[in-house]
Amino acid sequence: MTAVTPVARMVGSNRVVQGKGIVYPLGDAEISNDDEKALRRDIVQQALDALSSEVSET
Amino acid sequence: MGLPINKEHLKLGLRYIENKDFIYNLKVVRRTDMRVVHYLNQFFGGIGGEEFASTGVSSQEGAIGPGRLLQQLIDGESEVVNTIICGDNYAAENLDEITDFVVNSVREAKADLFVAGPCFEAGRYGVAAGAICAAVSAQVGIPVVTAMAEENPGVDLFRQEIYIIDSGANVGAMSEVLEKMAKILNKLKNHQEIGHPEEEGYIAQGIVRDEILEENAATRILDMIIAKTAGKSYKSELTQTAFEPIPAPPAVSDLTNATIAVVTDGGLVPKGNPDNMPPIAAEIWGSYDIASLDDLQSGDYDVQHRGYDNRHVLDDPDRLVPVDVLRELEEAGAIGKVYEEFLSTSGLANPIANSRRLGQEMAKKLKSAGVDAVILTST
Repeated sequence: MTAVTPVARMVGSNRVVQGKGIVYPLGDAEISNDDEKALRRDIVQQALDALSSEVSET
Repeated sequence: MGLPINKEHLKLGLRYIENKDFIYNLKVVRRTDMRVVHYLNQFFGGIGGEEFASTGVSSQEGAIGPGRLLQQLIDGESEVVNTIICGDNYAAENLDEITDFVVNSVREAKADLFVAGPCFEAGRYGVAAGAICAAVSAQVGIPVVTAMAEENPGVDLFRQEIYIIDSGANVGAMSEVLEKMAKILNKLKNHQEIGHPEEEGYIAQGIVRDEILEENAATRILDMIIAKTAGKSYKSELTQTAFEPIPAPPAVSDLTNATIAVVTDGGLVPKGNPDNMPPIAAEIWGSYDIASLDDLQSGDYDVQHRGYDNRHVLDDPDRLVPVDVLRELEEAGAIGKVYEEFLSTSGLANPIANSRRLGQEMAKKLKSAGVDAVILTST
């Protein structure tokens, strides 16, 4: 889970989730606390979805 | 007032005007000889350090910082006509936008050459510089060069497309690095052949070229084996790929019974940094109790990582280690259990071999603790 997905892919990560920003992969200081938590929930859910999905080499 | 004007004065005056004209013309010639556009991050561009990493892209006339020396090192009359500066975070998060901006600026400036960096070990800077150089080379078709340390993630992303001078990690070597960059630019613009990576100082692109050698392969390989057996140094003719493919672990079949751990390379540690985690090139990792926590509180944690602006994570550590959301998912039954500790290290300027060891040690611990899956958060 990272904002810099090209690096994650380059080192061979199999399951990569787009984070919000380099200074906070799971946050956003520009939005309200409630919206930020919803964003975090959404990104964590994407990670869980990735973990429970089979992936194939590309 | 003054001396009366005579013929001599008139002649002198004429010569003065001629000289002035001559100098003016020279300047015009100079300005049209070799036009260079240079890309820098906010630090080398003189805007500021990590706290300015979100600064957007801007363009200034003339050379700034390393560009001043660079323009003197390129053959003939060269001039950095334009310097483009962008914060590292902004560039990494808006790479397409920055790339378009630079390509357009290079076209508008009618540049003959494009340079980015040197970036040394700065990872976000290196990735941006590599991407921009590759785009300028492909879309504008002028010679480009950048420089970075071999460990910079920009190297493996772009080494095959562009020339990347091996800058090493030491910023003090700036002038030598710029000399090598200028040398390769001179050759590229004059359509001269570029020599071997070790001669020219660039990072191998993985290109195999035919070469006539005096000795055949059998003799060469025997020489290598003899040297290897005798413990002497020898040079392989094969270059190793930096990253071996990693087989994808199978999917977690039932999340509702799975134990999920969080690992981060963002350097989050408890207040006071009990393990003395270094903020750069960490050789250790830590494991910190979250079993009784529903939410990580600001003030309870420090960040040991000098590669990004830590303030937002210090304000709310869940932005890096999302305990609040995971705990809710655990209570709702969506996942079985949140592992009782989070694991942390500082993923900054860390040699790959060291990072690999840290990862293996973490994996061993988590596996023996019965963890089913890991969410790794990376800054």
